[in-house]
Amino acid sequence: MAEPLIFDLNKDGRRGYALPALDVPALDPADHIPSRFLRQELPLPSLSELEVVRHFTRLSRLNHSVDIGFYPLGSCTMKYNPKVNENMARLPGFAHIHPQQPEETVQGALEMLKTLEDQLAEVTGMDAMTLQPAAGAHGEMTGLLIMKAYHKKQGNHKTKIMIPDSGHGTNPASCSMVGYEVINVKSNDRGSIDIEDLKAKLSPDVAGLMITNPSTLGLFDENIGELASLIHSVDGLLYYDGANLNAIMGWTRPGDMGFDIVHLNLHKTFSTPHGGGGPGAGPVGVKKHLEAFLPNPRVVFDGKKYKLQTKCRESVGPVLGSVGNFLVLVRAFAYIMVNGSEGLKNSSAYAVLNANYMMARLKKTYHLPYDRFCKHEFVLSGKSLAQYGVKTLDVAKRLLDFGFHAPTIYFPMIVEESMMFEPTETESKGTLDCFMEAMEMIAREAAENPDNLKNAPLKTPVRRLDEATAARKPDINYFQRPE
Amino acid sequence: MATYIPTTPDELQEMLGAIGVKSIDDLFAEIPPELRLQGELNLPAGMSESEMARKVARLAETNETVEKNVCFLGGGAYDHIIPAVIDHILLRGDFFTAYTPYQPEVSQGTLQCIYEYQSLICGLTGMDQSNASLYEGATANVEAINMATAQTGRNKVLVLQTLNPEYRRVINTLNGALGVEVVTVPFEDGAVDPARVQELMNDKIAAVVMQYPNFFGSIEDIERISEIAHAAGALSIVSANPIALGLIEAPGKLGADIVTGEGQPLGIPLSFGGPYLGFIAAKKALLRRMPGRIVGRTKDIDGKIGFVLTLQAREQHIRREKASSNICSNQALMALNATIYMSLLGRDGIKEVAYQSFQKAHYMKRELAKVAGVSFPFTGSFFHELVVKIPNARKVLGKMAKKGVFAGIPLDNWFTSLKDCVLIAVTEKRTKDEIDNYCNMLGGFING
Repeated sequence: MAEPLIFDLNKDGRRGYALPALDVPALDPADHIPSRFLRQELPLPSLSELEVVRHFTRLSRLNHSVDIGFYPLGSCTMKYNPKVNENMARLPGFAHIHPQQPEETVQGALEMLKTLEDQLAEVTGMDAMTLQPAAGAHGEMTGLLIMKAYHKKQGNHKTKIMIPDSGHGTNPASCSMVGYEVINVKSNDRGSIDIEDLKAKLSPDVAGLMITNPSTLGLFDENIGELASLIHSVDGLLYYDGANLNAIMGWTRPGDMGFDIVHLNLHKTFSTPHGGGGPGAGPVGVKKHLEAFLPNPRVVFDGKKYKLQTKCRESVGPVLGSVGNFLVLVRAFAYIMVNGSEGLKNSSAYAVLNANYMMARLKKTYHLPYDRFCKHEFVLSGKSLAQYGVKTLDVAKRLLDFGFHAPTIYFPMIVEESMMFEPTETESKGTLDCFMEAMEMIAREAAENPDNLKNAPLKTPVRRLDEATAARKPDINYFQRPE
Repeated sequence: MATYIPTTPDELQEMLGAIGVKSIDDLFAEIPPELRLQGELNLPAGMSESEMARKVARLAETNETVEKNVCFLGGGAYDHIIPAVIDHILLRGDFFTAYTPYQPEVSQGTLQCIYEYQSLICGLTGMDQSNASLYEGATANVEAINMATAQTGRNKVLVLQTLNPEYRRVINTLNGALGVEVVTVPFEDGAVDPARVQELMNDKIAAVVMQYPNFFGSIEDIERISEIAHAAGALSIVSANPIALGLIEAPGKLGADIVTGEGQPLGIPLSFGGPYLGFIAAKKALLRRMPGRIVGRTKDIDGKIGFVLTLQAREQHIRREKASSNICSNQALMALNATIYMSLLGRDGIKEVAYQSFQKAHYMKRELAKVAGVSFPFTGSFFHELVVKIPNARKVLGKMAKKGVFAGIPLDNWFTSLKDCVLIAVTEKRTKDEIDNYCNMLGGFING
């Protein structure tokens, strides 16, 4: 039976939590607040504590998660989230400090921030970082604001950003959010950026080139040096989308490749949990010549004390109401401390090993559009199954029946019927082998019994859902359900 | 060094053999040699879990907490009581190690929680629809302003000076980047006179942005200001404190078109500023302008009720540069935190948290009035936060902090006209003893 909605568990008069009794003399609020501002109805449910615990515990059991099984969702880096990091984020000295406390009372918090900034700058080869952005897309917007501020100061008239056709959807959306027009650059037959197409479209009004390297195809663009020279030749800036940093830590650094601005996704590379879709953190790093534009406030150390400084006049300004998603940053800090330089390099090494191991075997069964060593992820096409009337979506749904999460599907858009796999370094060979057996079994089923795939999943809490009706007649609020 | 990599040396050899290479290095061969990192990253060596935990705990201990001290700080983040149940549920790996529910058949837990969250936010704010959450309170207004400029085709907004000054700065950064012109409407007596809004209102204005209760804790006349906005074809955006809505009327009943807010008061630890929870809810007409994820209820092919991400044609992964926002993730785990809080406290509990906060703040004002030298610059209705003028305020705040009382936020951080004025927040967590002690200590420091 489906779990009822919290509202359907309501029993008027029930209490789930008792506050201490009021210990001050009470006034009548009506004497102090005009009546039109006094709350009339409050349509919230009433439940007991145990009912609340059971409701959410039961709901939790309907989820797939990294803790339950393999989650090869490409571009999302679903690696293991060490439990100890949750303990670190719950230390009272971090969890129970107010953002407006006097600076003398939060020196440890500021020291953590400064240390993490320096460590992330080292990993990326950048000169300065801000930890303020709350997510990857927020980091993109921050990085682009820095780019805009740079061009303004240079007196450059720049209106466009170049993005390869394999780029994440957030890249063009972030450009629009800061008022840049997007120019799409084609990929070549090796899955790298087509340099001729880029040259043809490059003009003095191009503000920058925004790329992921390795790309969303999981391929390292070996022409990165030339790309950097080209964009710099028009005084454009090279922007690094750090979604795929898990492929290269300790092997090469964006700063050494010629990137001017980098954003990171700490919930991917640095193992802070994905939380069902957030909170994340999207730190941004820059080269020296862009440091003055970083958001306020900056954490500074004067040799004795840590301080939050808001003085810099060239700063783009704050992009968040606080110093950042602090407890997410604490988790990344703990992760880096345990791993050290060698551990981070190994993480990337084994992430790349695992991806190539899977690719080498699965390419015998599924079409591999770009046959070269991949980095931490790779993209297959499900198009060979079309002859049986089977789509990539069906493969993804059938995987759920085997207890695996599906890969990312239909992205990147430049590969027909694409499936993007990212195993991460924390999965064992045994898990990868089981998963690949399932993939091979599914390919056989497609030929022999395609209905098994088209009807999948069969074993999940619900089966395929009617998304068309959901969008046509939105039922998104319990209190206003459509007829 | 701890390791999270399970591969044994034997397995490594087998895997390299299957790939057809001799070493992992071979897999990095296409990185040009001049771009290879020479040597190691300059980071400390790794360590075991227990060594790390010790070091991090030592660092955390150097901070003064609101547990060991007594916190009267607010300004957007409040020290409320947090029930133990919440964290136990948040720590279920099924919630915190999942991701955005791209495969709904194996994500019904996350999806139903978001549907419940959306509904609870609608109930609390009196609005028609909510999204799955945003980063936090400041950026929620940025998204609301983007919705308003897109909806009206206008490019100018009125922002009340009583909106949290940190939020105003973020609006200047982010909406300013798109060329939105921000006009600040000044306050008098702790709130904005609607007549000032009327004077600045015209048919170029996309929206008025206000806070309820406002930054000083005063109850802004959002009803009258919304009427003024509507008469000129502008939208009314209200940034509301969700706990206050247990006592004061829902913005949806008072004319708001978009309600945003900081969800931290809904059971989220202070966390030195984050992660918090941004919420946004709107009237029906704005549905297709909403940023971010939205969850809808539907049925599966067997007719069983289920939940999906819906109305995705607004979003970046489909629309790319034409999307309504660049937002990709939401703050799902923090939304879950708030959902559990609202479910557990329930209707009567949320009302009581609001009622007790109101009572204790008003008691504190009465007690402060007895302290010689203390005065109140503003006279209007307030909820649980108030402005107090204290001689040599910064010095006194410093002395009180040394005695374990975080006594308030100096307002000359942002308002030069409010020298020696301090913003004090009082939640249900404060006790009569703590308030009395505050007033005694304050009297001693002012007059001692």
